[in-house]
Amino acid sequence: MPTTTIFAAKKILTMNPSRPVTSHVASHEASHVAVREGRILGVGTLRELENWGEYTLDDRFADKILMPGFVEGHAHTMEGSLWSKTYCGWFDRMDPDGKIWPGLKSIDAVVARLREASAKLADPQAPLAGWQLDPIYMNNERVTRHDLDRVSTTRPIGVLHASGHIMNVNSKALELAGLLKPGLNSPAIPLGEDGLPTGELKGPEVMTPVGPFVDFERSLLDADEDGLRRFAKLCVRTGTTTITDLAARLEPEGVEMMLRVTGEPDYPARVVPLKFFMGHTPEELIKIVADLKTRSTDRLRLGRIKIVADGSIQGFSARMRWPGYHNGAPNGLWYIAPEHLSEIYHRALEAGIQVHTHTNGDQATQLALEKLAPALMAHPQPDHRFTLQHCQLADRAQFMQAAKLGMCVNLFANHHYYWGDEHYRLTVGPERALRMNACRTALESGVPMAIHSDAPVTPLGPLFTAWCAVTRQTASGRIQGQEERISVGEALYAITMGAAYTLHLDGEVGSIEVGKQADFAVLEEDPTACDPQELKDIPVWGTVQGGRVFAASEL
Amino acid sequence: MSLPVTVLGGYLGAGKTTLVNQMLRQANGARICVLVNEFGALPIDEDLIEATGDDLISIAGGCICCSFGSDLSAALTRLAGLSPQPDHIVIEASGVALPGSIAITIGLVEELSLRGIMVLADASSIQKMAQDTYIGDTIERQLSDADMVIFSKTDLISNDCLNNLTKWLNLHWPNTSHLEAIQGRVLNSILLGEFSRNEPHIARPHADAQYSSVALTFDAPLDAEALAQELTCPSFGVLRAKGFVQDLSGRMALVQIAGRRAEVSWPEHREHVGLICIGVRDHLDLREIQQKYKLQI
Repeated sequence: MPTTTIFAAKKILTMNPSRPVTSHVASHEASHVAVREGRILGVGTLRELENWGEYTLDDRFADKILMPGFVEGHAHTMEGSLWSKTYCGWFDRMDPDGKIWPGLKSIDAVVARLREASAKLADPQAPLAGWQLDPIYMNNERVTRHDLDRVSTTRPIGVLHASGHIMNVNSKALELAGLLKPGLNSPAIPLGEDGLPTGELKGPEVMTPVGPFVDFERSLLDADEDGLRRFAKLCVRTGTTTITDLAARLEPEGVEMMLRVTGEPDYPARVVPLKFFMGHTPEELIKIVADLKTRSTDRLRLGRIKIVADGSIQGFSARMRWPGYHNGAPNGLWYIAPEHLSEIYHRALEAGIQVHTHTNGDQATQLALEKLAPALMAHPQPDHRFTLQHCQLADRAQFMQAAKLGMCVNLFANHHYYWGDEHYRLTVGPERALRMNACRTALESGVPMAIHSDAPVTPLGPLFTAWCAVTRQTASGRIQGQEERISVGEALYAITMGAAYTLHLDGEVGSIEVGKQADFAVLEEDPTACDPQELKDIPVWGTVQGGRVFAASEL
Repeated sequence: MSLPVTVLGGYLGAGKTTLVNQMLRQANGARICVLVNEFGALPIDEDLIEATGDDLISIAGGCICCSFGSDLSAALTRLAGLSPQPDHIVIEASGVALPGSIAITIGLVEELSLRGIMVLADASSIQKMAQDTYIGDTIERQLSDADMVIFSKTDLISNDCLNNLTKWLNLHWPNTSHLEAIQGRVLNSILLGEFSRNEPHIARPHADAQYSSVALTFDAPLDAEALAQELTCPSFGVLRAKGFVQDLSGRMALVQIAGRRAEVSWPEHREHVGLICIGVRDHLDLREIQQKYKLQI
């Protein structure tokens, strides 16, 4: 006879509309959830659950709030690997061990932190890497190799920007890469007055040849083994129990590693890696992903495809419809040809494989909509749930069309906080900035919606993401596009059931109800009872994943 | 000696694969390595394939074809480190890639030197595609990056249409030279810029050949950089040029032209003095140069 554990909690927010909340604090009877074989046997009062037979009562959550484990529908496991490097961001950020790294507010502060890290390395020639630098917040002051030479002239140093599209390196790194020379003629490599590169490398074309010298391995998309474990710690600290790895290369050895690591007895998260489309013909891609699908385990869900259609808005590489960029920058870049996108859609629908498509600019979104419609006519798949990822600039007509086509959207709520001011002022201008990541319009249009962090681009933290969508506050404290705000309830739905739906996992996770996985976010306070402004500050005790308890304090 | 690289760009359906296969058929002992973004349905004609591996196809005559997936830079570094090195790398860019961006990556790998950016364009559809809402500007940017534009499928359009097309290209990209290729047939010497005066089709152009060549031999030292720039002027009709001249500095300069791209380098080993220029028959006209430098015609 399998054992049953009944957890007592102060309150359970089930996200199941049939029984939204169970709380009996008033009658001195805590609400309860029974767990057997890692799944939810039932939720209700103790008396209701006792009928299931013998049980162990676990009251460690008696003063906590339980929610369904959060589902992060757009993140990258590489965040775990980045934490082996030095954090150089503007904002305070929690690492996998729970340490808060204070944000760095000047280039001097960045240099000082890198010096500290440098001092810890015994070998004076060992490379040093930093990440998440964002000069936008420092009045766009450019970092130069001379700044980084103050850290070291003997070791190569590279610092990746928050955008992921620019890297600053020191003189030693340039020298090792053979670039510390005059006469370079590329807009991607700015030159100083001395005719030598300033050390800023703008774009992947110039970053990748230098990356290996500064400890940025080429396959930046993938987490390494330790990174995957560190990433899971961040999940526990943020209440996340199911998380995507939204553009994984999934080469055979990588898949083996992920299967092994996520299969470790105490691995605390369910990882959903989507196979990155690039480097394969559509035919080959479908075959690979269909094979991967058969290798899925409970904690590694394989068998989905990620396409990247365009670039980023702040990098001016997103594909925009008329009138284009507010500052007059030329239109962005396609990362896939329309015919190629269409072919993958056709084949994936035929094979019953789900596709998520990154579309930042509204023209990219339009292309995806236009290509999916005929593919669906050719291969009807009523429940395909193809998802538009980011979909930041979609307007009402596009959301309506997405809904009609049976698509989902996963909007980038965090982006609005971190770069909203920049979009208002520079990239797309006020009107479109007000409707970026238009959660309200999406819901009104009837399109299933999730919201996301895109970690490591912004920090993982579903409650923070919910706060962003609820308040639409930007980093400077402005409320931008208040008409697009959603309620706390809608936001909490988006980070649980909403995201689960985009992965076809809503029958399994996303709510606390009988038959589903015993995945809980264990919170110290009730997100539905606090001031919405404080949503992001609710402390997370840890998680329960598949019935296993993970305390953040004991990681 | 640095390893020469040619970038072959152009939108889907422009005929890049056909051209690559034609190129491999006339490799004539040169070990060409073709880098493709991904192995398409049939990147290499079956009869050319000797063996197929995971990311490598061995081709008769010592050529190979590799896929680079999403990491061109790693693939290039790996090839540059091969021993023996291939003689020439040809990168077949994906349909939406901007060849100029690929050229930037090449410029950063010490062992490589960019020999030219060739952009293929389907003569029957390129003007229409340049108007497309989604990909029009990508097509334009590809053409802007081109040192030379190769029009494919010219046999499918009328002479009037071809004239219009040429006018259109000259109007928007006045410095870019172009040629026509039916079924991917372009001389490797033009495509890759690899030739010497001893090659029969250079020394004695075939009577019905599409191309002609002129050998320039300069008696007096001259400004090599200036000459190279001068030769890219479209009115001379030079598609390719390669050879040694004596620079004013006294050193021997290797001058190489690929359409609008001029390159002067200073190798230690040199061949015969003299510059061979290849162009489309009836378009190649170097009399002005010959008069200016007082050369024998």
